[in-house]
Amino acid sequence: MCATCGCSGAAVIRLVTADELDDHGPHDHGIHEHGPHALPDDDEPIIAGQRDSDRTILLQQKVLAKNDSLAQRNRDWLRQRGILAVNLMSSPGAGKTTLLERTAAELAGRLNISVIEGDQETALDAHRIRSAGCKVVQINTGVGCHLDAEMLANGLQALDPQTGSIVVIENVGNLVCPALFDLGEEARVVLASVTEGADKPVKYPHMFRQADLVLVTKTDLLPYVDFDIRRYAADLRKVSPGAMMLKLSAVTGEGMDSWYDWLRRRTPAPQE
Amino acid sequence: MHELAITESVVEAVTGRLPDAKITCVNLEIGALSGVAADSVRFCFDLVAEGTNLQGARLEISEPAGRCQCRICGEQFDADGPIALCPCGSVEVTIVSGQELKITSVQVA
Repeated sequence: MCATCGCSGAAVIRLVTADELDDHGPHDHGIHEHGPHALPDDDEPIIAGQRDSDRTILLQQKVLAKNDSLAQRNRDWLRQRGILAVNLMSSPGAGKTTLLERTAAELAGRLNISVIEGDQETALDAHRIRSAGCKVVQINTGVGCHLDAEMLANGLQALDPQTGSIVVIENVGNLVCPALFDLGEEARVVLASVTEGADKPVKYPHMFRQADLVLVTKTDLLPYVDFDIRRYAADLRKVSPGAMMLKLSAVTGEGMDSWYDWLRRRTPAPQE
Repeated sequence: MHELAITESVVEAVTGRLPDAKITCVNLEIGALSGVAADSVRFCFDLVAEGTNLQGARLEISEPAGRCQCRICGEQFDADGPIALCPCGSVEVTIVSGQELKITSVQVA
């Protein structure tokens, strides 16, 4: 079993290409190999003393040190290539894939975007994104409830994004676990749809605390649901004072321009 | 249920550092604001440790309380939940403790 994500060790990376979509569907690009479990370059253990026959050995090691060091490696790799990586997180059904479909279609030819899809099973989302005209890699995590830095490294290798482009990582739909695992992204974007209710920032503070941007989605449904946007904004500010909030509907297009502006502002300048 | 993954990371890290030692006790620090439930780690530990050199080891978890400092008035205060509000009304706070997620030490036979 994978010691980083708790998955069955069978996370599969699928690279969906246009030919495969038209033809026989995606094939397994490679198996999520964990390789030797190298440990971070911490100091050697220090023998602190003895108690009865047992010795105490100080470790002082972060539990997620291995994931964090792999995430930093991803971050360095992305920065060297001037690639903006955005980690998109939400509960299942908040509208991540719909947002990306419209984004890919409307920004085609203006911003170079590719997508890494994370789901427990199926390449359904990858097909949707590919149909919208976007290069995409699907990662299936098996029983895993989140993406980790090693999965992203494998995904980036399969995706081979262009220098100066944007990679959007659609994390596994889950408002809890993905918050803990740094992937090496430049920005964290959390989606919350109006149908989920306005209490999400206070119910899932770990997720919202780390958000750079919060997208309130499905605003076209506001007339039909009990969603107090002022309370939402006030609660979000308590949990995450630095997070920016935008409202949008990927169905009607309302608010999408602000999202595109946010992406454009963060996209690295073209390199010579 | 990321606590299973967290517990496996603990066992893997200890096994990696001390592959040949018989581990009798593992000491962890899991802060109140870390996003990890210490009880769930306790629940998973024996299962995950089975068949490794941590099998049968005791698990001791210290749980540092959440503590914040206000960036407006400078006061430090306890954060009793994950939403930190300074008594002065400010939400501009820095977490100074409670986010620990660390293997502090182990005991070996």
